[in-house]
Amino acid sequence: MKILIVDDFSTMRRIIKNLLRDLGFNNTMEADDGSTALPMLQNGDFDFLITDWNMPNMPGIDLLREVRKDDRLKSLPVLMVTAEAKRDQIVEAAEAGVNGYIVKPFTAETLKEKIEKIFERIEAQG
Amino acid sequence: MTEQENASGDDPLALARQLVGALESGDEDNSRRLIQELARPYERELFDELGKLTRELHEALESFRGDSRLVELAQDEIPDARERLSYVVTQTEQATHETLNAVESSLPIAEDFASRAADLTEKWTRFRNRELSVEEFREFARELDIFFEQTGKDTEELRRLLSQVLMAQSYQDLTGQVIRRVIQLVTDLEESLVSLIRLSSGRLERDVEPEADERPPEEDTASREADRRGHGPAVPHTQDSGTEVVQGQDEVDDLLSSLGF
Repeated sequence: MKILIVDDFSTMRRIIKNLLRDLGFNNTMEADDGSTALPMLQNGDFDFLITDWNMPNMPGIDLLREVRKDDRLKSLPVLMVTAEAKRDQIVEAAEAGVNGYIVKPFTAETLKEKIEKIFERIEAQG
Repeated sequence: MTEQENASGDDPLALARQLVGALESGDEDNSRRLIQELARPYERELFDELGKLTRELHEALESFRGDSRLVELAQDEIPDARERLSYVVTQTEQATHETLNAVESSLPIAEDFASRAADLTEKWTRFRNRELSVEEFREFARELDIFFEQTGKDTEELRRLLSQVLMAQSYQDLTGQVIRRVIQLVTDLEESLVSLIRLSSGRLERDVEPEADERPPEEDTASREADRRGHGPAVPHTQDSGTEVVQGQDEVDDLLSSLGF
């Protein structure tokens, strides 16, 4: 399981990376915004994307839309981990095809729970 | 202005001739009066020009006040910035306390662990040197059992405390986003003040105007664009906090499940 963590704050990337390692996911890579993440996704064999929303250059919502537009990436599970808390934005992310939405500050349990839920649903869909 | 000239009656050439006569005869009072009379039409022109400039300045200031960001900045965003910075203080304080609490709970565990290990090491050395009696060995074995059990519990507790320290560090991301927003506000304020200074220093160029045109035509578009870029954490007691903002993960989950998630 190869996971890409996208956040413009290196501290948050480290936190998520550590939490993922705790959950048994050791193969992670990092990007600091959508525009660096997208080519990494297109050229790498990532199985999961965790992204922030509020980032310079390409925000997370745009990255999500780019992923859904890309034939090779469109079924990639995307979990948003962000401080953006407006209802309109959560609806917007849902409509853009996000698989899960975690609002910061979050707990290790929430991250675990949402990741598991996403995989359960993917397995159920076959 | 021409009416005024006519009203003054005298033609300038006649006045000038009179002035020469008055100067030659040394009539100072008359000379002064004639000089003032000669200058009057030009003074009027100056006053009119000054009046026009004053009016323009007034209008420019009025229009500046009308569509200026300054009003918005002063009324809403500066008070909000104060709340945002207080939020940063609270968040960093909270994170520091969480970290310190975890450290304060971890240290005694580590110290206790070290002292029990030292005690067992000493007994272990005596055992290797065959210095322990059977009774002492039984006691040693019991202590080892307890030590192993306790070590399992302690390391689990330490792991939990270290995770707390890890999660507490998320304050840097959250406060960082808020501080960036305040930096943006300071930049906006600076720009607004610079155009105000440019305006009041009398350089009434029209280059103040285009800024108004650059603004998105509809507030709706502007707010949608802001949504797309993101706002950072919703800070309580600011424009961020309203019914349109969720209060925590539970509300996110409820909203998503209402959308069929």
